[in-house]
Amino acid sequence: MAVGIESKQEADQASISTEAIHAALVAGQRPKPASGFSACLSFAWRSMLKIKHVPEQLIDVTITPVLFLVMFVYLFGGAVAGSTSDYLQYILPGLLVQSVLFTTVYSGMSLNTDLTKGVVDRFRTLPIWSSAPLVGAAFGDILRYVLAGLVVIVAGLIMGYDAANGVVGILLSIGLVVVFAFGLAWLFTTVGLLMRSPSAVMNTGFMCLFPLIFLSNIFVEPSTLPAALEWFVGVNPISHLVTAVRGLMAGSADGGDISLVFAEAAVLTVIFVPLTTRLYRTRS
Amino acid sequence: MLAIETHGLVKTFGETRAVDGVDLSVERGSIYGVLGPNGAGKTTTIRMLATLLRPDAGSANVLGLDVASDSGEIRRRISMTGQIASVDEELTGRENLRLLGKLLGLGRKGAAGRADELLEGFGLSDAAGKLVKHYSGGMRRRLDIAASIVVTPELLFLDEPTTGLDPRSRNQVWDIVRALVGQGTTVLLCTQYLDEADQLASRIAVIDRGKVIAEGTPAELKSSVGKSVLHVRLSDAATRDEAERVLVQELGTEAIEAADQAAVAVGVPNPDRAAEAVGVLADTGVEIAGFSLGQPSLDEVFLALTGHAASEIDQDGEVM
Ligand SMILES: Nc1ncnc2c1ncn2[C@@H]1O[C@H](COP(=O)(O)OP(=O)(O)OP(=O)(O)O)[C@@H](O)[C@H]1O
Ligand SMILES: [Mg+2]
Repeated sequence: MAVGIESKQEADQASISTEAIHAALVAGQRPKPASGFSACLSFAWRSMLKIKHVPEQLIDVTITPVLFLVMFVYLFGGAVAGSTSDYLQYILPGLLVQSVLFTTVYSGMSLNTDLTKGVVDRFRTLPIWSSAPLVGAAFGDILRYVLAGLVVIVAGLIMGYDAANGVVGILLSIGLVVVFAFGLAWLFTTVGLLMRSPSAVMNTGFMCLFPLIFLSNIFVEPSTLPAALEWFVGVNPISHLVTAVRGLMAGSADGGDISLVFAEAAVLTVIFVPLTTRLYRTRS
Repeated sequence: MLAIETHGLVKTFGETRAVDGVDLSVERGSIYGVLGPNGAGKTTTIRMLATLLRPDAGSANVLGLDVASDSGEIRRRISMTGQIASVDEELTGRENLRLLGKLLGLGRKGAAGRADELLEGFGLSDAAGKLVKHYSGGMRRRLDIAASIVVTPELLFLDEPTTGLDPRSRNQVWDIVRALVGQGTTVLLCTQYLDEADQLASRIAVIDRGKVIAEGTPAELKSSVGKSVLHVRLSDAATRDEAERVLVQELGTEAIEAADQAAVAVGVPNPDRAAEAVGVLADTGVEIAGFSLGQPSLDEVFLALTGHAASEIDQDGEVM
C-alpha cells in the first residue's frame, strides 16, 4: 500500500510545461463520430477491459457454483441420487446455468456503478447513438458469461463429469446459456437504473435469482416434490433452460426445449431493452 | 454569434427551484465564470446547457442551436468536465482517452496517437498505464480535462474543475484552461472560488438560489461595491464595533461586512482621506495590527450582493 501511495505522488510531480500543453491542443479536423455499430464495439471493448482489470469480480460469482458443485456432489450425492458420480452427471448442467445467471447481476451492478460516477454524463454528451453504451456492454459481457460457464465445466470435468456429447455439446450448452443470460441481463440493467447503489442492485438481483434457482430442476428431480412446488418448477424458465442444456450435453437435445429458451430470452429482451434504454436516456 | 444565450431558464426538482429564471449571454472565445455557493444551481444550469437535462421553462441557445431541438448537433461541438470526475475509474488513463478517441471517430490508430499526445501534454505519461482509481485528485482532473479535448470542442463546460485540488494542481489546471482559450475554445467555468473566477474569467455571473444576482467583468463587479476599500486589522476583536463606527464617521461611507472577526472594511469614496481616517482611529486608542487600501475582493462583492459570505455557506453546505 505504501508503495502505491509513493508512486502516486511521484507521478504527480511530473511538471507540465506550457509548450507541452499547447502541443497537445493543436486542433485537427473534427472527425465524423463513430457509427452506432462501431460505438457498440468500443463499449464492448471497454466491458472486456474491465474483466481484465478486475478479474476478482469473476471469481466472486464462479466460486459459489464451484463450491456448490463440490459440496452437493460429495455431501448429498449419495443420498439424492444414489452415488456421487450419478449426481454429478445430474447437477453439472444446472450449476453451469446457475454460474452464468448470477454473473448477469454484475451487468446491472456495473451500469449502476457507472451512474454513481460521472462517466455516464460524459457518454451522454458524446455525439454517438445514445444506447451504444448499454448495447455495447451487453455484448462485451458475453465474454464474462462464457468464462463463468467454462470455470464450472472445467471443475466438473476434473471431478469426473462425462460429457456424452463432447466438446460440441459443451459449446452448444454454453451458447444457449449465454443467449438466455443476454436476455436476463437486461432485467438487471433495468434494476441497475432504478437502484441507488451497486450493492442494492446485487442484493435485489441475488434475491430474485436465489428462489428461482432453488425452485428449479437444478438440484432435484421435480417429480420428488410436492405438487404445488412441482408445478412451479415446471413453469420456471430456469428449469426450461436447464432441461435444454442437459439435452445438449447428453446429445439428446429436444428442439422444442431449445426453442422455448430462445422464446423466453426474446421475451426478456423485448420487455427490458426498451425499459432500460428509456430509463437511461431520460435519467436526470 | 454568442456561444451561449439563455432567457428565463428554469429547472425545478419537486419543491426546489434549482434554476429560477437565468439569463446568460456568453461571448465566443472567452472564459465566462459562473460563480455561486453550494446549491446555487450551477451544476443544474451546466447540465441543461450540455443537453443532459431538459429545461422546464425558458430557452437556451448553445452555439446558435436550441438545446431542446438540436441536442445532437450541440453534442458534436461541446464537451463537459463534470463536477464528479467524468472518467472511468476502472480503466487506465490511456484506455480512457483511446475509448473516447474511437467514439469520436478518430479510428484505432488515430485514437491511440491522440491519447499519447494528450497524456504527454498533461504530464500523465508515467501514469498512462495505471488504473484511474489509483490517480491523485490532480491527475484525475487533468485526465478529465484531457478527455474533454480529445477532439477540440468549440465550447467546453467545466464544473468546479479545481475543487479539492492543492494549489499546485490548481495552477496546472488554470494553465491548461488558459491555453485552451488561447486556441479559440469558449469555456463556461462554474466555480465557488472567487479568486478562480477573478483569475480566469473575463466576465462573471454571480448566481445565488437559482438566480443571477450580478453580472459583469471582475472589475465592474468590484467597483459596484465601492471604488476602493480600506481594510483595518485590529489587535483586539472586541474593538471592532468602535473601530467601524469611527471609520464610517470619518469617511462618510458604509461598512462592508468582513468575514474576519478582527477586521473592519469600509468603502472609500476618496482615497486621500483614508490615511487620515486611520490616524484618527489610532488616536482613539484602538490598537491597529495592520491596514491596507485596495480594490474589494470578490469575496466582499459576494457579501455585498448576497448578504452572506461565500465562505460561510461553504462550511455548512447550504444557504441559511
Ligand atoms: N437531481 C436532483 N434532484 C433533486 N434536487 C436536485 C437535483 N439536482 C440538484 N438538486 C437541487 O437543486 C439545487 C441546485 O443544485 P446544483 O447542484 O445545481 O447546485 P450547485 O450550484 O452546482 O452546487 P454545488 O456547488 O454544491 O455543486 C440544490 O438545492 C440541489 O439540492
Ligand atoms: Mg455543482
